[in-house]
Amino acid sequence: MNIDMILSSLPALFAGAWVTVQLVGLSLSLGFVLALAVAFGRLSSNRVVSGVTGVYIFLFRSTPLLVQIFLIYYGLGQFAGIRESFLWPILREAYWCAIIALTLNTAAYTGEIMRGGIQAVPFGQIEAARALGMSRPLLYRRIVLPQALRTILPAYGNEMIQMVQATSLASAITLIELTGAARTIASRSFQPVEMFIIAGAIYLAMNFVIAQGVRWAERKTAAAG
Amino acid sequence: MLDLLRFGSDGWGDEIARGAGMTLAVASLAYLIGILAGSGVAAAKLSGPAPVRWLAAAYTTIVRGVPALLVIWLLFFGGSGLIGWVASLFGYAGPVELSSFAVGVTAVGIVSAAYAAEVIRGAVRAVPKGQLEAARALGMGRFLILRRILVPQALRYALPGLGNVWQMTLKDTTLVSVVSLAELMRQAYLGMQSTRQPFLFYVTAAILYMIMTTCSEALFRALSRRAERGVRRAVTN
Repeated sequence: MNIDMILSSLPALFAGAWVTVQLVGLSLSLGFVLALAVAFGRLSSNRVVSGVTGVYIFLFRSTPLLVQIFLIYYGLGQFAGIRESFLWPILREAYWCAIIALTLNTAAYTGEIMRGGIQAVPFGQIEAARALGMSRPLLYRRIVLPQALRTILPAYGNEMIQMVQATSLASAITLIELTGAARTIASRSFQPVEMFIIAGAIYLAMNFVIAQGVRWAERKTAAAG
Repeated sequence: MLDLLRFGSDGWGDEIARGAGMTLAVASLAYLIGILAGSGVAAAKLSGPAPVRWLAAAYTTIVRGVPALLVIWLLFFGGSGLIGWVASLFGYAGPVELSSFAVGVTAVGIVSAAYAAEVIRGAVRAVPKGQLEAARALGMGRFLILRRILVPQALRYALPGLGNVWQMTLKDTTLVSVVSLAELMRQAYLGMQSTRQPFLFYVTAAILYMIMTTCSEALFRALSRRAERGVRRAVTN
């Protein structure tokens, strides 16, 4: 094993890892907000709204993420209308296409998780809040959402870890994130295996941080008693 | 535009269909590996000696924690070296080359096995211990207990989870296109390159994947219903 070779490739790997962190951070935070809208859309008493969100969830959960990434990155550029629109500076960039695809994907999965969490809040509490004269926004802010978020923490933790791994697909559209960086170095060095082992270790470290964060949040929000 | 998808020499229909067939072949083989190896890993975790237990735990933790794409690249770049080294132990010195099919099936199978192992382990633990004790008390042998008591019930508990593993395995096969295996994604990519109609080809691929995932979901649901036909429920649904 050539230690010098490995040491000299570390900066490139860490640069890739930083891109991975950006992809995870941006798409998870955008996806979380969108997922809230998806959950409420799915629970809406308006047939059209809940139908449309249902179709969105179905489309994104029944197709592979790589197809979604390629459709957004390669597929949309086929249309002259899009190439001439104000969106093109964004849709031209692999970086933003990856973030859009990851965001839409995680929002579909997280939206379903949140819907489950919201529905798990005992109905008696909602009746009680209404009897006290709480408005709908106040009811959601004080009663429903805090409990729903606590319920979904373990499932959402898994989704976050899945997202860390999902960002690796961005390397298929030329983005040099962690997997892409490892692959690039591997293809021109004589130590491909070492590169992938180091990259794998960095992924495991990220997962560990997320898992610890979720555990901390679970302890912090645990119901008294 | 749609005539690009015609079957025959002037359309991409047959190439796409063959790609879909390859996708199903890779997914089925990888899933088979996943179930068989996953059962082995689950058995190791449940009742192996300590070092074997640790190895199995390390395997499931690591493989479930790194991207499947990384596993594919590792096998693609490192697999032939590893097999060449093993072959050299047996006196074979020639070059070893792995086909992209072998790399794809093995890599997706390795990932599938890690998830299947967790599902199977949970299902085995859900079988009430008292039943196993009762079977032993009746003088049943290990394999008879396995065949009559443990496997039929664990299989029922495992079915929904194994259905999820299948969906994941099916979707993971798209990643194998990076090593140029001619599955559905790869064929769509080739079609896009020669016709400059990326949207058409990826929407076609998306629809085919949607059909595969939806049909297999229905199949697993039917299997679950059949497996639960003898179970009394408090609430019927």
